[in-house]
Amino acid sequence: MITSLTRALVAATVLLTATPAFAALNILACEPEWASLAKELGGDKVNVSAATTAMQDPHRIEARPSLIARARSADLMVCTGAELEIGWAPLLQSQSGNSKIQPGQPGHFEAAAQVALIEVPTRVDRSMGDVHPAGNPHLHLDPANVARVATALGERMAQLDRGEAAGYRERTRSFLERWSQATARWQKEAAPLKGMPVVVYHKDNSYLVKWLGLREVGSLEPKPGLPPTTAHLSDLLAQLGKDPAKAVLRSTYNDPRPAEFIAQRANIPAVMLPYTVGGTEKAKDLFGLYDDTIARLLAAQK
Amino acid sequence: MVKAPVAASAIALMLAAPWAAHAQDPSASELARVRDEMKALQRSYEERMQALEKRLNDAEARAAKSETSAAPAPAAQSDASTALPAAAQPTPAPVAASAVPAQNAFNPAISLILQGTYARTSRDPNNFVINGFVPSGGEVGPPPRSFGLGESELVFTANVDPYFRGALVASLAPDNAVSVEEAYFQTIALPQGLTLKGGRFLSGIGYQNEIHQHAWDFQDAPLAYQAFLGGRYQQDGLQLRWVAPTPVFVELGGEIASGRSFPGSDSNKNGAGSAALFAHVGGDIGESYAWRTGVSYLRTSARNRTYDDVNAAGAAVTNSFTGRSRVWIVDGVLKWSPNGNSTYTNVKLQGEYFRARQDGDFTFDQAGAALTDGLRLAQSGWYAQSVYQFLPRWRVGYRYDALSRGTVNIGVVTSGAATLADFPALAVHNPTRNTAMLDFNPSEFSRLRLQLAADKSRLGATDNQILLQYIHSLGPHGAHRF
Ligand SMILES: [Zn+2]
Repeated sequence: MITSLTRALVAATVLLTATPAFAALNILACEPEWASLAKELGGDKVNVSAATTAMQDPHRIEARPSLIARARSADLMVCTGAELEIGWAPLLQSQSGNSKIQPGQPGHFEAAAQVALIEVPTRVDRSMGDVHPAGNPHLHLDPANVARVATALGERMAQLDRGEAAGYRERTRSFLERWSQATARWQKEAAPLKGMPVVVYHKDNSYLVKWLGLREVGSLEPKPGLPPTTAHLSDLLAQLGKDPAKAVLRSTYNDPRPAEFIAQRANIPAVMLPYTVGGTEKAKDLFGLYDDTIARLLAAQK
Repeated sequence: MVKAPVAASAIALMLAAPWAAHAQDPSASELARVRDEMKALQRSYEERMQALEKRLNDAEARAAKSETSAAPAPAAQSDASTALPAAAQPTPAPVAASAVPAQNAFNPAISLILQGTYARTSRDPNNFVINGFVPSGGEVGPPPRSFGLGESELVFTANVDPYFRGALVASLAPDNAVSVEEAYFQTIALPQGLTLKGGRFLSGIGYQNEIHQHAWDFQDAPLAYQAFLGGRYQQDGLQLRWVAPTPVFVELGGEIASGRSFPGSDSNKNGAGSAALFAHVGGDIGESYAWRTGVSYLRTSARNRTYDDVNAAGAAVTNSFTGRSRVWIVDGVLKWSPNGNSTYTNVKLQGEYFRARQDGDFTFDQAGAALTDGLRLAQSGWYAQSVYQFLPRWRVGYRYDALSRGTVNIGVVTSGAATLADFPALAVHNPTRNTAMLDFNPSEFSRLRLQLAADKSRLGATDNQILLQYIHSLGPHGAHRF
């Protein structure tokens, strides 16, 4: 009796866990770019949700109850790190009661730990604005960084879900192959952008500017994290009179008004860049994000 | 295992090969990139490290020769991405360092809050009383007139080890007294969504109770908090919370503690002097709305909890209460921001309803007449407030407070041993208050606030208050709860 009952239980367990709809890994990504990457690397073996959207400023998210609920059930939390999410991710960790995603656990992944950050300040002082003390965390706009993060993230997923390890590694390999082909294509397409002078909003496009060899001639924020002021914008206009820019760049989540103010007066286009996956109609995944970003920059340059 | 060094050398070669093609004018950032790559790979691939070292040396030598310091060529960076698929071959890699080291290595994160006020009030703040309610003896009422220093807060937090997190919030009062606001440990490794907290902490009851004073939307606490909890409720004890594994946020919590603070008092007994239960539910409505609501229950016992009053003849008396008190709270908060982006504009609606009962023995004029009989209070109160950020740096807010004296059954008055005039603090009065505020936030770390209030806490008198307040946060970026 007992053995047959045990057998039935084991069979039921096996059946339940073997159901194809069962997602082995629950992943909470702090930003849409990492949600998209996790989907690429995990396929149908993972259940991915993004804590933020492209419409939201990743610096200023609140630890909403819905996010705490999602953090509670996550096996893996994938964040940018480098203090980008310092105002909210620590609360998700401390209030969710989920031991797996605590700092230092395998279930806590930080993209910034996988790459060399740029713009690391030599002196950190808040009189300089809300500087990112560990360096610029908006690292996903350099394709080489995405490749580095993908390599590490794929391996992390394989570690956490050993049963599917081969699958994660295979999908990571395939992603990196497609990614490096796409990178080569983007570099060819974006060649005419080299040296293009641009005004940025925040330092969130710095990696893109550096990768494409654009020339940043000014920023709408007077200091990092501080909203544009009329005084600063008029200084910027005067400066653009001497050293003209070809476009004003902003991300989807930025206020369009300061960019349009400068664009109209300097007679240059204001270009909204998707910044992350979901930022525009075409930025459906990481590939679309880069395709659309480059297409918009090329259109502005003409 | 024999194959590993061979494979590693092959990878090293592949990494090194494209370099030669692009390395005509290596810039400083390129060198930095190679240096960082080295650091990351050091642990697992000794061989590759040596190859990279050679690359670095070569590049440095060439950089020294090169006169021009051209901007980094985009093409030069493709080597990393094209070479990476090779590096991604399945290898039993160790768990990578998962976080960029933050703050000062193992030192606790330290932050400091500086606050101060300038106040004009039409009534003397030293005589502040909420008529109709037992004085709590807590930090209630408006700040002192003229310039006044607020509470300075010093916050230390860090993980103790893989199992606990610790925090200390010390408050430096303007009268030079140092007090411990919070000093607790919290588990980070319990399974099943459980968190245990121990030490002194702000109780999980209500909504505003767990929010630190410097993060409040008005300078002072709602009247209901002042009347029923002495401003806010601190526990010295244990708290267990559980977050349910559901898509909707569900949190249940319970606390047992000493219950030394109002409405309890130090009862010098073994066992818990207070117990609290709370349940919170929350979620999103679309992308633009987030909400949370909850119910809470607090039970405390008091022994010889005293307050000072004047009797009908105008003489100072001290009255004391021994018994139990229960508080129920229903709270709710709703936040709106366009597409969930609160940077430019957002609205916050918040309200809480309190019911409080006290039952026990009440001694009138402890040192003199010392008449003891029963006391039964069944009172209630609520507040509702809204704050609207209409421009990136500007917020405006309004709050309405109301308290209902409800049932006040004083045994010695019913028996005729004393009259209600002997209890001016408990005079028949239903306090209300209207408060408006405007604040300007130069950055996320500083706030300047103007607050106007018409406070009818006292019987037959309106206290018109004008307050200017500054709040500055120094140190690591604080994370504020929802
Ligand atoms: Zn930033």
